[in-house]
Amino acid sequence: MIRFIMNGKTIEAEEGMSILEAARENGVNIPTLCHDKELTPFGGCRLCVVEVEGSKNLVASCSAKVREGMVVNTESEKVVKTRRDILDLLYSNHPQDCLTCEKSGECGLQDLCYRYGVKEGSFKGEVKNYAIDSLNPVMERDQSKCILCGKCVRVCSEIQVTSTIDFTGRGFNSKVTTGFDNPIDYKNCRMCGQCITACPTGALINKQLKGVRPWEVTKVRTTCPFCGTGCNFDLNVKDGKVVGVTPNPESPVNGKSLCVKGRYHIDFINSPDRITKPLIKKDGEFVESSWDEAINLVVENLKNTRDQFGGDAIAGLSSARCTNEDNFVFQKMMRVAIGTNNVDHCART
Amino acid sequence: MMTLEKLQELKEKSRLVLEERLKEEDNTEVKDGNFILKGDYYRKQTRIALRNCEIIRPESIDEYIALDGYTSLGRILTEMKPEDVINTMVESNLRGRGGAGFPAGRKWAEAFKYDSDKKYVICNADEGDPGAFMDRSILEGDPHSVLEGMAIAGYAIGADQGFIYVRAEYPLAVKRLKQAIEQAKEYGLLGNNILGTGFNFDIELRLGAGAFVCGEGTALMESIEGKRGMPRTKIYRTAQKGLWQKPTVINNVETLANVPVIFQRGTEWFRGIGTEKSPGTKVFALVGKVKNAGLVEVPMGMPLREIVFDIGGGVADDKAIKAVQTGGPSGGCIPADLLDTPVDFESLAKIGSIMGSGGMVVMDETDCMVDIARFFLDFTVEESCGKCVPCREGTKRMLELLEKITSGEGTEEDIARMESLADTISSASLCGLGQTAANPVTSTLHYFREEYEAHVNEKKCPAGACQALLEFYITDKCIGCTKCARNCPTSCIDGKLKERHVIDTDRCIKCGNCASVCPVGAVIKR
Repeated sequence: MIRFIMNGKTIEAEEGMSILEAARENGVNIPTLCHDKELTPFGGCRLCVVEVEGSKNLVASCSAKVREGMVVNTESEKVVKTRRDILDLLYSNHPQDCLTCEKSGECGLQDLCYRYGVKEGSFKGEVKNYAIDSLNPVMERDQSKCILCGKCVRVCSEIQVTSTIDFTGRGFNSKVTTGFDNPIDYKNCRMCGQCITACPTGALINKQLKGVRPWEVTKVRTTCPFCGTGCNFDLNVKDGKVVGVTPNPESPVNGKSLCVKGRYHIDFINSPDRITKPLIKKDGEFVESSWDEAINLVVENLKNTRDQFGGDAIAGLSSARCTNEDNFVFQKMMRVAIGTNNVDHCART
Repeated sequence: MMTLEKLQELKEKSRLVLEERLKEEDNTEVKDGNFILKGDYYRKQTRIALRNCEIIRPESIDEYIALDGYTSLGRILTEMKPEDVINTMVESNLRGRGGAGFPAGRKWAEAFKYDSDKKYVICNADEGDPGAFMDRSILEGDPHSVLEGMAIAGYAIGADQGFIYVRAEYPLAVKRLKQAIEQAKEYGLLGNNILGTGFNFDIELRLGAGAFVCGEGTALMESIEGKRGMPRTKIYRTAQKGLWQKPTVINNVETLANVPVIFQRGTEWFRGIGTEKSPGTKVFALVGKVKNAGLVEVPMGMPLREIVFDIGGGVADDKAIKAVQTGGPSGGCIPADLLDTPVDFESLAKIGSIMGSGGMVVMDETDCMVDIARFFLDFTVEESCGKCVPCREGTKRMLELLEKITSGEGTEEDIARMESLADTISSASLCGLGQTAANPVTSTLHYFREEYEAHVNEKKCPAGACQALLEFYITDKCIGCTKCARNCPTSCIDGKLKERHVIDTDRCIKCGNCASVCPVGAVIKR
């Protein structure tokens, strides 16, 4: 264990830990915009800088390891002044439209500007102004709101292993975009939306959640009905309607990761195309019927087939969208009531 | 196969041929058994890194060998253990010539310490400071000295692979290096089983794509790895986890060119040159308003005045010297009253500048210091990689403030803002580029604050360099020749023949045509 002093208190941390990790374990809140514990340290936002006695410059706590006996100050006057300057610089090159921004209420930049009292971008000069890319079905990409923290780039290459986006251009003109600056859905992108979750600002927005304020929704944790992986996430419910999906970092299987289906499937819930009553084909036409009538018809036909041709003339295909319990009961029914092992499931492999 | 004996034979043979040629060409003389170039300009210098430049033919490995080339490598491989090589380097206290001045021996010792299946030696030849051409001259004039230095470094730390990261904008240097590597391989001085000692060392070239930031060590390695040239976080030292996460030593061209000589002539000799803390020499690209511009190599600790006046011949057109800028875009401006400062790492840092890679720009009374700061900031803004906020956004805002001041729109508050912003950029940026980006501003603010104040308070540029703040005026010296009026592109000069002319300043675009055509010097800037 390494012992060192942080804000006047002696704390212990494991060797190899970053100052940031040690601080967070000890309840000290060092702000960050480009850090994510699941991604490699980037060291770009410089908001996590702290004062380390004996160091000429401020030290980025996300990428500096704890050392025995070091004396760290995470909120000194110099540190606070520097963070305020950095936030001012970021906000000066950012649309001043928090009042109408979709991200308002859960925006990393907004939160930190609030914490450090940055009311406006005070540097008046050139401001980036890019066209919004929203031709695809799932996300709205507003590069003008991008603070170049690089989280989306890293999540795309390190977690999703797709590398659809990267930095292009240099200095003030650098931006995150696709190869040849094509629209996001042009080629490689799988529309998984991992970058949307990673983005701390309103640069990447889930289209389904547009028009929904974060504080208006109730989050209901559930399991994805799409495949056998069993990802968890939060259904966002507004006025009794499911309006979108957000990942829940506590999910044991998937953490913050979701695929395109898991993240965007909810449109079927309230779809007018959804079949809500049993249909029976009569004279070549599907006709609405009662559950009793439908179930009786199925039972009768299954019985007849089994009696006439034997149980193996019937096969059952279950669905990954059903719960485990449903699937268990289904295979039991096939084996015991029908008398066949012809039972399978789309997610078996 | 080349052996030490054969190398010795070749040396003796080639030396005779070389001597013959030099005698014929008659532009060198012999001093203490070494050839030096004739002329006062060279006589006042001490050339170690440039020892062979313009003396040997760079295309000829034989001529390099003739002047003791590759003998250090030969001796080291046959007589010295890697530890001894490192000790010699530490003892010599050769400090990195790329700018930061970190002792090369300590870098080597650190990389030696780590066990690894692979280690690398990188030569940083991504010279990018505006107006600097020290490394270029060595690569073009004496490429083998760099290769030999790299091979010695490779032997010392246990590396068998070297890379030279050289700018693609130096096509001749690239050509000479390629040729030199081929020749050295052919002679068995690079490649496998060098001089029959079992030591393997190969060198490959990697060409930069024009990014200044790739001269920063970690960005350079990212670039060699095929990634975007952006500096890495500083979790590990390069000596521990460098290129492809393997122990790596990165030395600058000039540093490496010094290495073989140190082993030829000993650390005592080397430490006898320069100052105690900065031994040896440094090559400077002496440019700007100086009579004899060019490369000068002088012992560290030589006062700036001696370099500019004794070697450089003083200010061109005999104007008054105002300042000397050292260290390129990361450096600072040294005012004329500090010209007696010795040029070494510590002394320059003390007065707010840096040694840097060796840019030395002389400025006279017509140079506006605010405009100079603006020029360097413009460069930095262009070359910032965009990774960290203070550098990407901060330098841009600082440039905008400087532009505001030089165009006459600045206020006292803008100066204060720049000072505050400079502090944030310097202390919070990720890499050396950002950490030093504000130096041109802070040093000019420190020594020439009154110029900034004149710009914002009186809306005047004392040096008469900031166009927006000056006006052209015709004095009573005017003879009424009408030349100015005829050459004015906006026809804003009025006046009858043989009568004094007048400029309508509202319409004047300050092109300066009138002043340059006036036969009697009646048009002045004010």
